[in-house]
Amino acid sequence: MELKANAPDGPLEKKWEKHKFDMKLVNPANKRKYKVIVVGSGLAGGAAAASMAELGYQVECFCYQDSPRRAHSIAAQGGINGAKNYHNDGDSVLRLFYDTIKGGDFRAREANVYRLAEVSNNIIDQCVAQGVPFAREYGGLLDNRSFGGALVSRTFYARGQTGQQLLLGAYQALERQIGLGTIKMHTRSEMLEVIIIDGVAKGIVVRDMVTGQVQSYMGDAVVLATGGYGNVMYLATYAKGCNASAIWRAYKKGAAFANPCYTQIHPTCIPVTGDHQSKLTLMSESLRNDGRIWVPKKKEDCKKPVDQIPEEDRDYYLERKYPTYGNLAPRDVSSRAAKQVCDEGRGVGETGLGVYLDFEAATKRLGAHKIEEKYGNLFEMYDRITGEDPYKVPMRIYPATHYTMGGLWVDYNLMSTVPGLFVLGEANFSDHGANRLGASALMQGLADGYFVAPYTVGNYLAGLKPGSCPTADHPEAKAAEAEVSGRVSRLLGINGKETPTYFHRELGKILWEYCGMARNDAGLKKALQLLPELRQRFWEDVKVPGSGADLNQSLELAGRVADFLELGELMCRDALERRESCGGHFREEWQSPEGEAVRDDENFCHVAAWEYTGDNSAPNRHTEELKFENVHLATRSYK
Amino acid sequence: MSEKHINLTLYVWRQKNAQDEGGFVTYEAKHVSTEMSFLEMLDVVNEGLIRKGEEPIAMDHDCREGICGQCGVVINGRPHGPRERTTTCQLHMRSFEDGDTITIEPFRATAFPVIKDLIVDRGAFDRIIAAGGFISAPTGSAPDGNAIPVKKTCADLAMDAAACIGCGACVAACPNASAMLFVSAKISQLALLPQGQPERYSRVKDMVAQMDDEEFGTCTNHGECEAACPKAVSLENIARMNRDFIWSSLTYRPESGGSGGA
Repeated sequence: MELKANAPDGPLEKKWEKHKFDMKLVNPANKRKYKVIVVGSGLAGGAAAASMAELGYQVECFCYQDSPRRAHSIAAQGGINGAKNYHNDGDSVLRLFYDTIKGGDFRAREANVYRLAEVSNNIIDQCVAQGVPFAREYGGLLDNRSFGGALVSRTFYARGQTGQQLLLGAYQALERQIGLGTIKMHTRSEMLEVIIIDGVAKGIVVRDMVTGQVQSYMGDAVVLATGGYGNVMYLATYAKGCNASAIWRAYKKGAAFANPCYTQIHPTCIPVTGDHQSKLTLMSESLRNDGRIWVPKKKEDCKKPVDQIPEEDRDYYLERKYPTYGNLAPRDVSSRAAKQVCDEGRGVGETGLGVYLDFEAATKRLGAHKIEEKYGNLFEMYDRITGEDPYKVPMRIYPATHYTMGGLWVDYNLMSTVPGLFVLGEANFSDHGANRLGASALMQGLADGYFVAPYTVGNYLAGLKPGSCPTADHPEAKAAEAEVSGRVSRLLGINGKETPTYFHRELGKILWEYCGMARNDAGLKKALQLLPELRQRFWEDVKVPGSGADLNQSLELAGRVADFLELGELMCRDALERRESCGGHFREEWQSPEGEAVRDDENFCHVAAWEYTGDNSAPNRHTEELKFENVHLATRSYK
Repeated sequence: MSEKHINLTLYVWRQKNAQDEGGFVTYEAKHVSTEMSFLEMLDVVNEGLIRKGEEPIAMDHDCREGICGQCGVVINGRPHGPRERTTTCQLHMRSFEDGDTITIEPFRATAFPVIKDLIVDRGAFDRIIAAGGFISAPTGSAPDGNAIPVKKTCADLAMDAAACIGCGACVAACPNASAMLFVSAKISQLALLPQGQPERYSRVKDMVAQMDDEEFGTCTNHGECEAACPKAVSLENIARMNRDFIWSSLTYRPESGGSGGA
């Protein structure tokens, strides 16, 4: 397997422009003769589907939810970065590029990241034109806030609901095209197989989640924008339905999976309360603009009410360790710091797995009214979930799985190792390296969807004969359908004793323990022994009631858990092989005396992309060397 | 908050599919932690059902943080349950007492047919948006973000309306099963912004026409929608929509097809 990045030559700031000129165009009259399949309707998928339909292509879009407006991009709270420099504070495309590369711990491809920073400004313009109600200043101009890992104010926001508003903008553009008849939308539809004909992606197999019907949909290109795989951990800030099945099917059909061990553990989530816990809820990083994070200096103070712990007995550990960035240290750094103080026995709350996020100082400085205006909805959400009022007592927070930087490997054109199969947004691996900065996920999803894929998919289609797409009665399509139906019957036929959720929870426990915030050789090897055992038990003992010809939520979950069980193994394998610490991947063997991550640029300055070789054989690890021609590989410091 | 455990009796609507008549089934939920969310309580009941080989209660949910709008059931007669401005997924069991009986039903409206158990089809909402709930701004056509200043009060009011999550609680709460709070929220958001002006009056006309086609009822000012709305979308939006609708009806002119160029 060859990993050709296909990044254009020339100076960094001219690459995308040059590439856009070099790419082939499709005759406008021929565009309607090409069909593009888009799986996922979040920021990346929704934006791509709408933009390509606007260009004139026939688009079919699929989502598992009841409406494309539900995609989990909707839950992003804080904001979206744009290098507008509206605040005259020294921002630029180059600085956003540099911050993103550095934030990713120098494990992302330069050309992709520069393009991301470059189109960030177009995204803001596009969203404003759609009617996204971004926060405004009194003069009517756009407001910005700061986010972790940056010293400039470049984050655009719509209260604490930025993701919702950006997604609704994309959704409305999508619905407009549905109304015009250029997009056919399939809701409550789950993609369960990709159809490869002569080595090229030509369609997908979908299960209708209401009728259970398994059907092929053919296209000239297939675009996967199916999000991240963080739910592999069971407890995560993802929506319950988020899953890896689409990208996992693609992996098993030949698409390389890059850097699966790069997961982001977000520092500010509401702590776990008990075994019933079904998901974790994020509290936006924007809260760290005004909230101060601390734990008691003394273990014996941990159970005391906050007002009985005097100021001098509080350890504002982020401010102490990282005076320059303080509470705005990047996510991986902040999460590990929280884990450290809790491991020392200084965590707060019932379980001892929590730290305080305190607004007392900010309330005194700005007034309660200002705090409410900025964070009101987040405070309300916290109160609903915990039953505690954060205006009166500090929030308790703890890290939780939030994002996966790894994903299917793609080249500069966002095409995977399978020709014709494009991967967008969180589902690909391309832009965030080993750690993503806050407010960059929305940026990447929309960059890929609005401004990259419409060009690069067009370039691919220009090389195909119009109207040459095979039909759904092709033998490969029938074979893929049979695979899907076979898997459904197999799951229904086991009739064991344990529920799909039970296995999912067990999987999560293993991964959180051995492949979570800190990893080591022995732990990862242990996990690689436990996971196949769990997988075997799953296939012997899972119980899926009901039928396949009906709406069956247990069946849907069982299929997703089956895929997660395999993916979990690949994550551990990747984490074991990456013998360095970088970004979200922290190997205990590679740390400085102060406990900071130590990279090994000599041996690991590369992307690791895994090739599937069969269910009973080890996957092959391939590498793409990362060349840094424009930034100096530095030790990441936020001190 | 200190954790307690409570015992509950649930009357849950079970309906095999759209054709089935459906009916209530009683379940006992024992030793429920008050720290659980309402959906987590149902998760535990469902785990028990699966272990017994019975089909779990089908329910819609996804983000479980009150923003995607996919969850939503009627709890003791109230869409999303007893707590104000709270979606079903954000409702926690500390809102209930030991020994309570809880009736759980799907959102009911002609325009929201039941698919299974507590799951309904809200596709009508998408079709209303497709009819006009957007600003036509094809990708790439936008001017600089700061080229169009927006008065802060307008942006804030637009955001208040845009907070709608499209869950359909307003329809379920309304004695007429009217969708006017949902429709007016989108119309208001876009009408309050300068970017939304060119299509302002065609938008209201097209969206209202689709709303009527979907067999939603009309508004008779009960205000139940606003009370049930988890995002506190205001009735003021309906007033704004009605004003725009009247204006649009009075000033409507069929579009003249411009002549083609050379």
